[in-house]
Amino acid sequence: MGMRHDLYNLIEDGITPEEVLSKNTPVRRSVEIKGEVTKDVVEELSKIKREPDWMMRLRLRSLELFNKLPTPNWLPNWVLDNINLEDYISYARPDVNRSSNWDEIPPEVRQYYEALNIPEIEARALMGLGAQLDSEIIYINIRKQLAEKGVVVLPMEEAVQKYPDLVKQYFMRVFPPEHKFAALHGALWSGGVFVYVPPGVRIEAPIEGFFLISNAGEGQFEHTLVVADKGSYIHYIEGCSAPRLSKYSFHDGMVEIYAHEGAKVKFTTVQNWSRNVINFNNKRAIAERNAEVEWVEASIGSVASFVYPSTILKGEGAKTEITGITIANGKGHVKENGAKVIHDAPNTSSKVVNKSISANGGTAVYKGVVYVRRGARFARSHVTCDSLVLDGDSKAYTIPHDQVFDDTAVVTHEAYTGRISEDKINYLRTRGLTEEEAKSLIVLGFISDVTEGLPFEYAMVLNRVIMLEFSKYGKVA
Amino acid sequence: MAELRIEDLAVSVDGKLIINGVSFGVRSGEVLALMGPNGSGKTTLFMTIAGHPRYNVVRGKVMLDGEDIVKLPPEERFLRGLMVAFQTPTVVPEVRLSTLITAMINKINGRKLTDPAPPSLVNSLMKGIQEVGLTPAHLSRGINHGFSGGEMKRSEILQLLMVKPKVALIDEPDSGLDVDGVFAVGKALLSLANSGTAIVLTTHSAKILHVVKPTRVLVLNRGRIAAEGGMELVEEIEKVGYENFLKAR
Repeated sequence: MGMRHDLYNLIEDGITPEEVLSKNTPVRRSVEIKGEVTKDVVEELSKIKREPDWMMRLRLRSLELFNKLPTPNWLPNWVLDNINLEDYISYARPDVNRSSNWDEIPPEVRQYYEALNIPEIEARALMGLGAQLDSEIIYINIRKQLAEKGVVVLPMEEAVQKYPDLVKQYFMRVFPPEHKFAALHGALWSGGVFVYVPPGVRIEAPIEGFFLISNAGEGQFEHTLVVADKGSYIHYIEGCSAPRLSKYSFHDGMVEIYAHEGAKVKFTTVQNWSRNVINFNNKRAIAERNAEVEWVEASIGSVASFVYPSTILKGEGAKTEITGITIANGKGHVKENGAKVIHDAPNTSSKVVNKSISANGGTAVYKGVVYVRRGARFARSHVTCDSLVLDGDSKAYTIPHDQVFDDTAVVTHEAYTGRISEDKINYLRTRGLTEEEAKSLIVLGFISDVTEGLPFEYAMVLNRVIMLEFSKYGKVA
Repeated sequence: MAELRIEDLAVSVDGKLIINGVSFGVRSGEVLALMGPNGSGKTTLFMTIAGHPRYNVVRGKVMLDGEDIVKLPPEERFLRGLMVAFQTPTVVPEVRLSTLITAMINKINGRKLTDPAPPSLVNSLMKGIQEVGLTPAHLSRGINHGFSGGEMKRSEILQLLMVKPKVALIDEPDSGLDVDGVFAVGKALLSLANSGTAIVLTTHSAKILHVVKPTRVLVLNRGRIAAEGGMELVEEIEKVGYENFLKAR
């Protein structure tokens, strides 16, 4: 623990990750597609990627649906105004050859990842890493012993070419293009990581996918697919960051997970986009008999975020746990972090824990659905929502929704909204902490059951980032 | 050699004068017992010295090692070596007791708040919990969260033992404790005094004073010092009660 990371030190000095990244020079692009999303654009993208026919058809079908489906009427107007797709670059290929060796990545690209200690974290704590810059994976590597066991970790495009039959079974079948932004994703997806874990293989340390948006006015649509075969185990971590941008960028990614019988998948997201990123993410898992899916969604950054990790408990005895931490810190920030569970088989169980912190005019929202199908006997579900509201300008909304069609189901809820009382702060001040430190410690403690499930490196960085968020906030207030 | 000197202190709360001209001093290794009936101002005095913003200093000085700290925020007073063990400490469910203790020690040693606890602290914590009668489970619970009254007192004393402040103000450490608890806490305070901490402590019972053996006894009444002396004052109060004791002055 004595070792100090660069990032760690920078954060200590009061510099946020977005400021760290902002020091870097922009990376040149070899291909850029901009403007209205048409059939031609989608076909061009598919050609660039040398895709099989079925994938091009999937894209075109998605595009049709995108044009047909209504725009969600519950999105704030300012968000809709700022995702005018004609203004966005929908595909940006950085001018760099993909490699599995950091030394082969040009320094002007590598610097982005080094500034965030990604190569170092990879060496210390990960079994594999895929790093995406704008629309493409530029680095991917897994430990040799995993490859020997038959674990597949590939850029999504490469998996489509190498393992078409495997990919086809799952790709946008776990999450079909059923709403406007899922459909848009289907039409424009680029990059992301494909993971296959063979039966019985347990990967003891996490595999990470790290996504960077380096430019303003850019759309990122990476697609992550994790297939865990029978009895296997994987912890996948997804991280994302961006420098401070001159205008909005738009993220509309997708994560699909398929946990076969008895498999366990833990999927952790540490979303730390800069304040100029509007974040959508479409996340869904299917859990077969006795499988377990655990989602952790740490929604730290971005100005507006709409993410609802979902699990379909398809097989008897399947379980899911969906944990969310939401930080809505700043005027106008809207952070929705929800959960959706479909109990589709008997003896399935789900646990949803959502913790939000709103400060300085931010709004945190939990929207959740628990659905129990008739015949899903003895399903159990428990939803807990805790909100911490730091001042009078900030808001927290909890909107749980139950649809229970089996009379043996036990579906329960708890919700709690707290404020940081003067008494708590004064007590901690008599213990040597400043007001801001007291607030940070309460906030960190409030989310500690989530951060403690993360590898040390992440927990440490996450804690520092949050400390910084609130120390800056404290100074403003 | 640390010294706390209170000079002609007057304090109001919500516009009402609670402390009206109190002076006393205490030095390293000394134990000053502060007695007085309910409402005499003992807790107000401690809260004020700790720097709680609700307590308004009308006049007077709080001198710590020659520096008037009366205008300093509570965290600065703590960092200069002053610490209070509260009669009714606040419950902070979000922050673990171990996290708080680590943060205090980190702060004192100029480290970052969330740095991991150094091994020496872990060792002394394990010894400390035994000394005050707590368990490792208490350390991993939220501060005072689900603690009994007695456990809260023990937690406050544990914090004192870990910090070893220059001056400790300890508000009724024995109330709500069983006989064994009073004895354990008394012994812990004695060792704290022997290690050089200047102690001011309030109590309503002579039991703990028989263990810690105060060097001096002050009796507070209606915001003023009504009597000053040694253990004989405690014995008299035990015998005749505050009302008669105060009438006789």
